[in-house]
Amino acid sequence: MTDTVTQGVAQRRELIAFRIGDQEFCVDIMSVREIRGWAPATPLPRTPSFVKGVINLRGAVLPIIDLGARLGLDTSEPTARHVIMVVHIGERTIGLLVDAVSDIINMSDDLVQPTPDVASDQVKTFVKGLFALDGRMVSLIALDRVLPETEAEAA
Amino acid sequence: MDPFESIKATFFQECEELLTDMESGLLAMEQGDDDSETINAVFRAVHSVKGGAGAFGLEELIRFAHVFETVLDEMRSGRLHLTDEVAKVLLRASDVLADHVAAARSGGGVDEGRTVGMIADLQALIDQDRAAELGLHDDNASAPADEDFGFVPIVLSLDEPASDAPEVDVAALMAAASDPEPATNPTWVVTFRPKADMYAKANEAALVLRELSRLGEIEVSLDASAVPPLDQLSAEQAYLCWTIRLAGDRSEADIREAFEFVEDDCELSVVRDGEAADASAPDLAIDDDSDASASAVEAAAAAPLDLDALLARVQPPSEAAPADAAPPSPEPAKTAPAETNAPDPAKLDVAGLIALAEKASQDHAQAAPPAAPKVDVKTEARASAGAPTAATPTIRVDLDRVDRLINAVGELVIQQAMLSQRVFESGLARSSDVALGLEDLELLTREIQDSVMAIRAQPVKSVFQRMPRLVREVADLVGKKVRLVMDGENTEVDKTVIERLSDPITHMLRNAIDHGLETPEEREAGGKGVEGTVRLAALHRGGRIVIEVQDDGRGINRPRVRGIAVTKGLIAEDAVLSDDEIDNLIFLPGFSTADVVSDISGRGVGMDVVKRSIQALGGRISITSEPGKGSKFSMSLPLTLAVLDGMVVSAADQTLVAPLSNIVESLTPRAEDVHLIGGRDAVICIRDTFVPLIDVGVALGFRDTPLPPASGVAVLVESEGGGKAALLVEAIQGQRQVVIKSLEANYQHIHGVAAATILGDGRVALILDVDALVTTSRRKAPRIEKRMAG
Repeated sequence: MTDTVTQGVAQRRELIAFRIGDQEFCVDIMSVREIRGWAPATPLPRTPSFVKGVINLRGAVLPIIDLGARLGLDTSEPTARHVIMVVHIGERTIGLLVDAVSDIINMSDDLVQPTPDVASDQVKTFVKGLFALDGRMVSLIALDRVLPETEAEAA
Repeated sequence: MDPFESIKATFFQECEELLTDMESGLLAMEQGDDDSETINAVFRAVHSVKGGAGAFGLEELIRFAHVFETVLDEMRSGRLHLTDEVAKVLLRASDVLADHVAAARSGGGVDEGRTVGMIADLQALIDQDRAAELGLHDDNASAPADEDFGFVPIVLSLDEPASDAPEVDVAALMAAASDPEPATNPTWVVTFRPKADMYAKANEAALVLRELSRLGEIEVSLDASAVPPLDQLSAEQAYLCWTIRLAGDRSEADIREAFEFVEDDCELSVVRDGEAADASAPDLAIDDDSDASASAVEAAAAAPLDLDALLARVQPPSEAAPADAAPPSPEPAKTAPAETNAPDPAKLDVAGLIALAEKASQDHAQAAPPAAPKVDVKTEARASAGAPTAATPTIRVDLDRVDRLINAVGELVIQQAMLSQRVFESGLARSSDVALGLEDLELLTREIQDSVMAIRAQPVKSVFQRMPRLVREVADLVGKKVRLVMDGENTEVDKTVIERLSDPITHMLRNAIDHGLETPEEREAGGKGVEGTVRLAALHRGGRIVIEVQDDGRGINRPRVRGIAVTKGLIAEDAVLSDDEIDNLIFLPGFSTADVVSDISGRGVGMDVVKRSIQALGGRISITSEPGKGSKFSMSLPLTLAVLDGMVVSAADQTLVAPLSNIVESLTPRAEDVHLIGGRDAVICIRDTFVPLIDVGVALGFRDTPLPPASGVAVLVESEGGGKAALLVEAIQGQRQVVIKSLEANYQHIHGVAAATILGDGRVALILDVDALVTTSRRKAPRIEKRMAG
């Protein structure tokens, strides 16, 4: 486990880092409820391609969002090696399909840099900020934008 | 929710129950039940509503409840006798009271005119009986005291001193409670120390004292010595104790009766004067560790009240918000002399403080007040053993929690099924210990599931109970005499269904009174009783609940119904219809037989709306009618909305569920029956009728090319709008009951999908929204094609 040494009064928090392809992302650990292996989902009709369908999570119907596809990355068909991060977004619970969970990061807010202007609009929509970790770049995901409803028209 | 709001919410919940109790009591009284227990129950309900309303300063409600309660009190004491007319006035008053509660809850207004009229009616009852009373014998003991003793609300204010709330004149309150004349010959000494619970149940010490004052001359003294210093004061405790000396020749039972509602929640001793030398002089000493305030309180308790002085001693001088921080005002000691005035309201919100000190919560009085006077042990034992008003053993549970439990149990059932399957797949013998254990587990699981579903099952009583009022109002409005008979109120059905039963029942009842029953004159002319009867019944039949609304009115006028249907173009002029078919014409959209569109029914929406709302619940409605004798509507509904009878089908490699309530039949289409209209829209000919053929896989976008009709199965469905269509699927897997799971909870609505469910293999299957599929295919087909292509 890697701890970033920080000091001062900035808000500290724990993040869960995960990989999609060769990129690293993270979300606040407080929004993650559990992590489980990929299981085939029931497809939903007339949904954007990044909505993989729904699975049964102990009696709840959980939509699965392919986060890579959502971010516009190249994705392949999910396999048993993929993982689903079950996260809370407001009142909802959804599953994010990612390649692998890599780390738990303890860091403070003031290390997060704003997303540079070079990023595409799609990336800027979902990436709240960036930070460096042992020479790697990790993007902080804005979970509230991940569900498709705000752009239902565009889809 | 802030604590004040949550207490208020609880109050309104209780109000609902109280109003229900009250109405059932009144209905019994209307039937001639003048048993004192019934009247008492009604009185208690109104009284509790009033008491709670007092705590929240709901003045309109208090005012009305007070008059209402006074009438009931007159009946309780036998001065006013139950007659038909009285019962009717009381029933109407109960409606107005319910309106007031609803208005207080929603913050809306009430019909002032109606309230005033109702108060006048109630007042008339009181006056009439008072007049009779005075005419008979000159009884000045109780009646005048009644007049003086207005109910004084105690305003509960947790956040701010309610500056404009009615100020409580404590002194006056006490003066009224006790007799102004000092007792000359006290024979009983009653020591009454309320516990916090008593206030939590919205009981009032003052009212108890008032009851006592009716028994004879009383002298009340207050022991406020237990009131702690301000910084130790808990708003949830009760600190006060009264000693009442009661003159007159009364039995102990009489006295105890005054404490009937509170005896479980107070320490009470009733002794003859001689036996209770020490009880009559309550120990004023309090714990030595109390500081300056102790002596202040003591002084206040012993001497005529000087609240300002008390304040000066107790209140830390630098405290902010003096009104808020003021100590509980000890209520006036001794029989309050006339000159003891309430303190300046600007400085001290007595009402708020008392409320704070005594009303706020249900916490138990673990820290019983010190310096309790001698308590009669026998009294205690009796109070706990007798407990005539013991609470019924029920608990209030958030529906969410029950739903979570039901979800968990549903999942348990699925897991258990999967586990069994895996075990047998692994080749274990059926007689092995593991397999036998699994069988027991299965039984247990089923039992848990049944029990859990039973938690949500509730009697339809809660819906039925609202109906007598509706019937009264509608009957008044249309000038008909109606008797409502209800059956099977205890029939149980899932809560989700109960909530949605109210509208259809309301509509059917209105319809029965407005259209079904004749006017009194017509009835008389037809040789029937002037009063029409409407019967509302609930029963279980075939795993469903059936609600019947039956009237003994004129029945359906078939020639007229037929005529209207022809005029409105709903049927062909030469159509041959059976009587039954004609009766069911009234369910067609746009059909309304009322000549005059009245306020009650016949707003142009009529029975087709009822039918649709019932179908939306997975139910069916039908009518049988006999001209001149009346009509009967029956609707049958599933017992729960949490499960659904569905047909499991597969389309485009997906497993889907079609609600069985929509399905008419299934058939294997022959290629020659299927015709194309235009480019892609297909129709199928079923017994000489063409209905659209909808390929479910294509309609949901799971595949692009339609299935060859002959290789699939067509399921003929009827949508709620009445339109028919055939759904083409690959195969029918079977029929089963499925648990409905919302898609919206975690995702969003998807057109063509009603909900989801979890099948035995643990996978999610989608439940088809047949209506959406049918209407989409009919009206918006081109647009769908485009959307799917793009």
